[in-house]
Amino acid sequence: MKPLPTDRLRRVEAWGMTVGGPCYVFRPSTVEGILDAFDAARNAGKTVAIKGGGNSYGDAFLNREAFVLDLSRMRRILEWNPATGVIQVEPGATIADVWQYVLEDGWWPPVVSGTAAVTLGGALAANIHGKNNYRAGPIGEHVRAVWLLTPGGDVLPLSPSQNSELFYAVIGGFGGLGVVVAAEIQLKKVYSGLLDVSAFATGRWVETLDRLDELAQSNDYAVGWVDGFALGAKAGRAILHSANYLKEGDDPHPEESLSVEFQQIPTTVFGIPKTALPRLLRPWVRPLTMRWINSLKYRSGKRQDGHRFRQGLAPFNFLLDSIPNWKHAYRPAGLVQYQVFTPKESSSQLFPSLIAMAHEHGFPPFLAVLKRHRPDPFLLSHAVDGYSLALDFRVHGKRWEKFLSLANEMTELALAAGSRFYLAKDSVLSSDQYERAVGADAVQQYRELKSRLDPEGLLSSELLRRVLLKD
Amino acid sequence: MHSKWKNAIVVGATGGIGKEIASQLLSSGTNVALVGRDGTKLDSLADELRREDARAISVPCDVRQLETVEPAFQEAIEKLGGLDLIVYAAGVMPRVEPNEYNTEKDAEIIAVNLTGAIAWLNLAAKRFERAREGTIVGIGSVAGDRGRKGNPVYAASKAGLETYLESLRNRLAPNGVSVVTVKPGPVETPMTADRGKLPGMISADRAARLILRAAGKPNKTAYIPGKWWLVSKILRAIPSPLFRRLNI
Repeated sequence: MKPLPTDRLRRVEAWGMTVGGPCYVFRPSTVEGILDAFDAARNAGKTVAIKGGGNSYGDAFLNREAFVLDLSRMRRILEWNPATGVIQVEPGATIADVWQYVLEDGWWPPVVSGTAAVTLGGALAANIHGKNNYRAGPIGEHVRAVWLLTPGGDVLPLSPSQNSELFYAVIGGFGGLGVVVAAEIQLKKVYSGLLDVSAFATGRWVETLDRLDELAQSNDYAVGWVDGFALGAKAGRAILHSANYLKEGDDPHPEESLSVEFQQIPTTVFGIPKTALPRLLRPWVRPLTMRWINSLKYRSGKRQDGHRFRQGLAPFNFLLDSIPNWKHAYRPAGLVQYQVFTPKESSSQLFPSLIAMAHEHGFPPFLAVLKRHRPDPFLLSHAVDGYSLALDFRVHGKRWEKFLSLANEMTELALAAGSRFYLAKDSVLSSDQYERAVGADAVQQYRELKSRLDPEGLLSSELLRRVLLKD
Repeated sequence: MHSKWKNAIVVGATGGIGKEIASQLLSSGTNVALVGRDGTKLDSLADELRREDARAISVPCDVRQLETVEPAFQEAIEKLGGLDLIVYAAGVMPRVEPNEYNTEKDAEIIAVNLTGAIAWLNLAAKRFERAREGTIVGIGSVAGDRGRKGNPVYAASKAGLETYLESLRNRLAPNGVSVVTVKPGPVETPMTADRGKLPGMISADRAARLILRAAGKPNKTAYIPGKWWLVSKILRAIPSPLFRRLNI
């Protein structure tokens, strides 16, 4: 066994800052570089986790005291056809790289996350969804093909019609089956860089969920912000937004709105550089002040009920990029997002119970976001015909065990309601809970594929070991 | 009590304070790499200290042989599977006569108390700086606070160690690494056995407990026990002409 490459030792930290530690990081720029990293890991008797932009909230790309393959240098646009909207990219290309490359030709990624910093490799590993999941499905549904590098060194082409079993397992498979070294994606034609956006205020859970469902039936995007501090009669009060692409001819100046400059998110607010905001906001990210901020946001949103306006594609979709490194406002604590995907019929019972339970345990959710979803054909799909509720918690290391106990109670309640979970956000599930959510057959099928493609178990991560690869 | 450290290296684990520190770390669930020059002694110590929930690993290394330090450090990390804490507890304090000027003996003191510490702690510092976490503990002494007549090079080695640790602390604190200097007064160990019962002497067990408590608090210099802080303040305040007349 060869000595460990100590010059590659770096701290790797989950996006939510709750967990991190030393990993041996390789940043290849070619497929040969990936294979070299595999060999180095074998020689050192270590496993390899795959990392893209590092935007997973939990331990998806963590592999402490072992190897991490950071693919962010492999970010070339390999092919682009502005006539058909088909793009081929390396895994390290970010959503920002893609939209900024194609927008002026009148195309937009059909599914995007709340931040454009996610790499396409990461987006496929997590099978990300957007505020249009009920209509567009996850990003995997727009993939024409991927090329998978197996730990054995083979490159397999996968598509919905070629090696389809593997295609539907690799997308959403969190890098346990191989490394996607290129992907071909069908983008969406757009005739403007603007969206028609409408805002609505709702008062209670049933009304909120019904209204979001109604909006989802007739709009390209629909999303809700819920006041996570409102309990009792006010529980479930929310501000919903719907949005639609503009039709051809609706935008009098499409050449202007379809430019990267037009879509740029302002870098200052009231003259203050946004980079300074997380530090300035830090004293406010406390239960008492967040209660006040949530209440203020609801009241101000209520005054805008029925308001219609136009907003750029980037500012509407990439809300998380509006303040750079906003997560640092949670410091010195960490940020955990707990997200459940619950069938339509049980959401109105479950969601208020989860929020009430969190308050009872002393962890009020500082931010709560609601989305509408539909099922998809991927093996480890997190989506259901229903809603997702994402709750942001500030968790200090000293209170981690207490939070885990709350999360465990919430998960049991959510499982009883038929919920699923999104591993890109997860920090808390056990393998038993995950198996109950996604189904034992799916887990078994994943493990069989894993033993076929990676019999030596080279590809692994703390997330995979926590929820999927345990016996 | 459950330890905040998962994996630790104790250099000088067969000595009085080092052995107690290793024992207490293992009792609290920390895996410990025991480093010392006598492999047989280390193996039997590892057998003696091993717990069900924590591993004791023996890593023989003579800190005076600098070329052996890096391989031993890497071996310890690979066997432990990581590193959160390093305690440099190796030290020698040979008896020195009032009119004795023995350079060979003095070089040995510097080699064990200072150069060996630098060799081990530099490696830990480099790793912790990259990992942006970790705790380094060096054992200084109240003897390093003033230049006493009794054992000039021992005092100098501890003063040098303290300054080295302070420099490490100032380098590493922005990276989330904690460097703790502990300065025990007299401790009952084989090293002090021939000195009889010295004033303020405490047991190695108590010293180890206080050292580990201090190690849990980031970036501090702690006197063990705390009363030596006041004694040290007073000693430091004594003007040199007066200090040299004192029989200490």
